[in-house]
Amino acid sequence: MDIERKLIKRASLGKLVEQLRAEGKVVLAPKKKKNVVFFEPINTIDEMSTDYIATTQSPKAAAFPKSDRILKFENGKEGIKFEGQPTSVYPETVVLGLRPCDATGFDSLTAIFNWDYKDQLYNDRLAKTTFIGISCASCDAYCFCTSVKGGPGNTHGTDILLTAVDGGDFLAEIVSEKGKKLAVSGQQYFEADSGADKEKFLANVPVKFDVDTLVPKAQNSFESPVWLEQSLRCIGCGACAYVCPTCACFDMQDETTGSKGQRVRCWDSCGFGLFTLHTSGHNPREVQSARWRQRVLHKFSYMPERLNVVGCIGCGRCSRACPVDMNLSEHLVNLAEA
Amino acid sequence: MDDLRKKAKDLLESQAVNVIIGYGEGTSGAVRAIFPRKAEETDKLIYDDRCTQNLAVYLMKHEIKHMEKKGIVATIPAMRSILQVASEYQLKEDELVILGIGPDGKLVDIPGFKAMEDYLATQDFGIQEDDKAILRKIDAMSMEERWSFWKDELSPCFKCYACRAACPMCYCTRCFVEVNTPQWIPISANEIGNFEWHLLRAMHLAGRCINCGECGRACPLEIPIHLLTYKMTEDVQTDFGVTAGLKADMPSVLSTYKLEDKETFIR
Repeated sequence: MDIERKLIKRASLGKLVEQLRAEGKVVLAPKKKKNVVFFEPINTIDEMSTDYIATTQSPKAAAFPKSDRILKFENGKEGIKFEGQPTSVYPETVVLGLRPCDATGFDSLTAIFNWDYKDQLYNDRLAKTTFIGISCASCDAYCFCTSVKGGPGNTHGTDILLTAVDGGDFLAEIVSEKGKKLAVSGQQYFEADSGADKEKFLANVPVKFDVDTLVPKAQNSFESPVWLEQSLRCIGCGACAYVCPTCACFDMQDETTGSKGQRVRCWDSCGFGLFTLHTSGHNPREVQSARWRQRVLHKFSYMPERLNVVGCIGCGRCSRACPVDMNLSEHLVNLAEA
Repeated sequence: MDDLRKKAKDLLESQAVNVIIGYGEGTSGAVRAIFPRKAEETDKLIYDDRCTQNLAVYLMKHEIKHMEKKGIVATIPAMRSILQVASEYQLKEDELVILGIGPDGKLVDIPGFKAMEDYLATQDFGIQEDDKAILRKIDAMSMEERWSFWKDELSPCFKCYACRAACPMCYCTRCFVEVNTPQWIPISANEIGNFEWHLLRAMHLAGRCINCGECGRACPLEIPIHLLTYKMTEDVQTDFGVTAGLKADMPSVLSTYKLEDKETFIR
């Protein structure tokens, strides 16, 4: 559909949040605790933080929570009874304040969760989620969305994209049918477009590498010495994967109390030594350099090859979160120039 | 810094070591661990106030362990970690050359574990004032208040295990959290799963933690988990009069029985 331009005043955005809450929707927005910014439920716009480049935690949990029940089971006299997780209980959710890069991240997740099996939990959660993004007026040294074909004002993936323009009001671009539906139900808060020049209000994110050159290089780099060199200081935690908006690995766990229990899927990371450890004791990715290579190649070689999508949106979260300064864009430039 | 570079260069040139574990410039004003293996790479070594990572963690890392003879730029917490890990039979004296860094940032001559013990005996190991203040605040809390303090702090934890990965003492190849026959603690990063993980980790470090604070610094969500192990250190000090990481042949305080122990249940 064609993108429709409207204007929403800052005060009206607060009223829109109140209306969404009154309709029973969950509104997830950036909330700050110390220096860390999470997407958390808000009741009023005052609870929302505007002081962030990218939130510390990505919005992926809206459709792929860190720990998610798949089914319940009970061992009784008639044998084991299973009860699948009903997805009808998932609430209608609005994610407010995600960045254009974050919205693109759901392309990767959707591709992974629909590659073969259509993942009902993910798909049903996503179907009930509306994304109201906010363009980036500033960036930092970790941002590289423009190197992976994104941009600080890209509308792709959002349902409504807000851009703060003159006087603190927002240009509201209605991007999708979901966005249109929301804009119609809250139509009293949307006004006629003031004709602001959006580009003027966007961050200038420098391009660090050419992804079209990088992907074929990555595809031929399996034996490259860069992996060991880059990863000697990697300590093998999962911080990068857990803040990443596109990392989708998970582990299945049965949690049992007495004769009852539940099966949950929990985030996992290819950076952990145990991730590929076989029952035999053999580990095909025995050392951290092999795990680091897997992380980078999964995003820049295997996903483009198999799912036709680059598994990185250039948000820079992994590098900000890394306790040992593993800087992804630096390593990618490194690889592109290798 | 010139002294440090010169010593590192000499060590590599004379093949006394195969690698130096040290600090170098990182990105966006950060510093990072670097691993010069050639004499000319030692120019990249730096030391300043930003160099807080406890580099002893790398001594236990597979790729680096296998480089055999290693030189390590060791601040006081790193020296204490080295002695602690050595007392747990995980390190040998002859595989290491210490490039000691004193509190003034200057190179200290530490020719072996005995010299390190003697040097550490002259040092103070206070924790930061703000951490001390929070510990005293928690001490003064009721049980319910403590529970809600930690519930609030631990709730965002997503179990990335950066705390574990950053800790030189967390070197187990299979951590208790990964033992699943039977499952010891829930893998889920939910309330009970997070509590059990962090409390058990603190217990496993009791009498071993040397208060470097690396776990808290590594946490991408700024959860002050180092307070748990700091508290354990205080308790071990009070109850057993033992400070970890001061001797290379110190028996583990919580798995050693002595006749003079104050508990009577075993007699």
